[in-house]
Amino acid sequence: MTLKKKDLSRELKNFTINFGPQHPAAHGVLRLILELDGEIVKKADPHIGLLHRGTEKLIEYKTYLQALPYFDRLDYVSMMAQEHTYSLAVENIGKIAIPRRAQVIRVIFCEITRILNHLLAVGCHAMDVGAMTPFLWAFEEREKLMEFYERVSGARMHAAFIRPGGVSYDLPIGFLDDLYIFCNQFNLRLEEIEEMLTNNRIWKERLVDIGVVSAKKATDWGFSGVMLRGSGIVWDLRKTQPYEIYPEIDFSIPVGNNGDCFDRYLIRVEEMRQSINIIEQCFDLIEPGSIKSSNFKMGTSYRAEMKSSMEALIHHFKTYTEGFILPSGEIYSATEAPKGELGVYLVSNGSDKPYRCKIKAPGFGHLQALDTMARGHMIADVVTIIGTQDIVFGEVDR
Amino acid sequence: MKTNELKNIIPLISHNLNENIVVVSNKQLFFSLNCLKLHFNYQYSLLSSISGVDFLGKNYRFAIVYDLLSLTFNRRIRVKTFVNEITLVKSITNLYINANWWEREIWDLFGIYFDNHPDLRRILTDYGFEGHPMRKDFPCYGFIELRYDESKKRIVVEPVSLSQEFRLFTFQTPW
Repeated sequence: MTLKKKDLSRELKNFTINFGPQHPAAHGVLRLILELDGEIVKKADPHIGLLHRGTEKLIEYKTYLQALPYFDRLDYVSMMAQEHTYSLAVENIGKIAIPRRAQVIRVIFCEITRILNHLLAVGCHAMDVGAMTPFLWAFEEREKLMEFYERVSGARMHAAFIRPGGVSYDLPIGFLDDLYIFCNQFNLRLEEIEEMLTNNRIWKERLVDIGVVSAKKATDWGFSGVMLRGSGIVWDLRKTQPYEIYPEIDFSIPVGNNGDCFDRYLIRVEEMRQSINIIEQCFDLIEPGSIKSSNFKMGTSYRAEMKSSMEALIHHFKTYTEGFILPSGEIYSATEAPKGELGVYLVSNGSDKPYRCKIKAPGFGHLQALDTMARGHMIADVVTIIGTQDIVFGEVDR
Repeated sequence: MKTNELKNIIPLISHNLNENIVVVSNKQLFFSLNCLKLHFNYQYSLLSSISGVDFLGKNYRFAIVYDLLSLTFNRRIRVKTFVNEITLVKSITNLYINANWWEREIWDLFGIYFDNHPDLRRILTDYGFEGHPMRKDFPCYGFIELRYDESKKRIVVEPVSLSQEFRLFTFQTPW
């Protein structure tokens, strides 16, 4: 048999692979259809929705208080930041003013949450890229922070602590002392993590100039949070559209130059330092006082009072069975969650349940840009880009 | 932002500029968003999200809500338009690239069809899912349920069977 030239040369088709839904670097249940030319990514088509639990639909069937714990379970690494956004939305519609102590406690916990999230983001990102050690160190610190969650709410993660009208419990005795001790030692831990990564040649080779997003592209794709700041846009909702006591606090916004994965890593580390700075300022601002709005017709009442006061018992019974009624209206309340702008679009029709509660998850917006960010890069860089976007499927799929 | 100025540029149906909400007709939607994005005085260059709301029982039962953000002026605006099941809504993916997934989500959950959309597939629900779950007439517990059948050794799809009737408590709160 003679070989013909036609048989020897063959047209090569692009190779299509299925990345996930079960893949340790996919940060959950991402199914990614990758079209590859050799090792170069030609097209990435993320299939999401494998963790869709119908949160928005369920919220429509719950009272305003019952809907709150669903927010913990959206982005399950930055729990309180989401409760906070929802509580702000409810408070804005109901025009509920919350006492100052509650505001300071909220800010403390929002920043604890930011550190929790960024530790996981940097740690897991490093592990995806191949550095195991920072991950273990980061999780040790996360464990300490989750203990603070536990002390104040009884739950390590899904705290349901920040509620419409304030926070659910006051800080336990000695809490701030221990938080102070944590803050003092955390900078050192952060430096250790940075020592392993920032000047590490392998880490830099994997991150520098990967997934570059220009400032124009970042706004076009509707990025927010670290993804937007990484591209050099000075935009932080804590500064630009401040809420709670952020206007009184002095902190800086780290901004990137190149818009690549390495810049975003550096921003995350610096934001953790700023969060510690904010918490330390909160120590000076916190003062004794009530932790809940005095309007018990909206929001929860104190449980201790329930034992001796008849009104408190009635309020407690009413709010936990019937819930409370908000005036009809709509609001889009957005806060700077660790991953970016988390928005809650709440429509109230004057009943005890939200008519519509749309959750604008930052990760949803970022993940759809995965295709443009990964195109032209090697397949191993897709993992880096997923890591830098800090995707959590709880919030993307809702 | 001045009310009159915006009125001259965009054909508004109604507006509430204290809360920065404008309502435009479906026909004028693309034009309005285009103005808001590109006009020098507005520059709403970032689309935060697109949401759907189902007002069951109304003539135009769905509201599509576009939340825009202007980084230059630090402003938000909410553009709303009202449509029904058979209206064709023009896709704004040419204008805001990230509208792509938001519109897919609305198509998936509400069944509003976006004309000219490059890739209008379902996004959040399962492959092969039927119905549009965020519609108010779609029951909370759905129509089908999945379970693993031990004898067949695979997952089977069955019509949903509730061991207890679905209960929804609504109160006429006297407060």
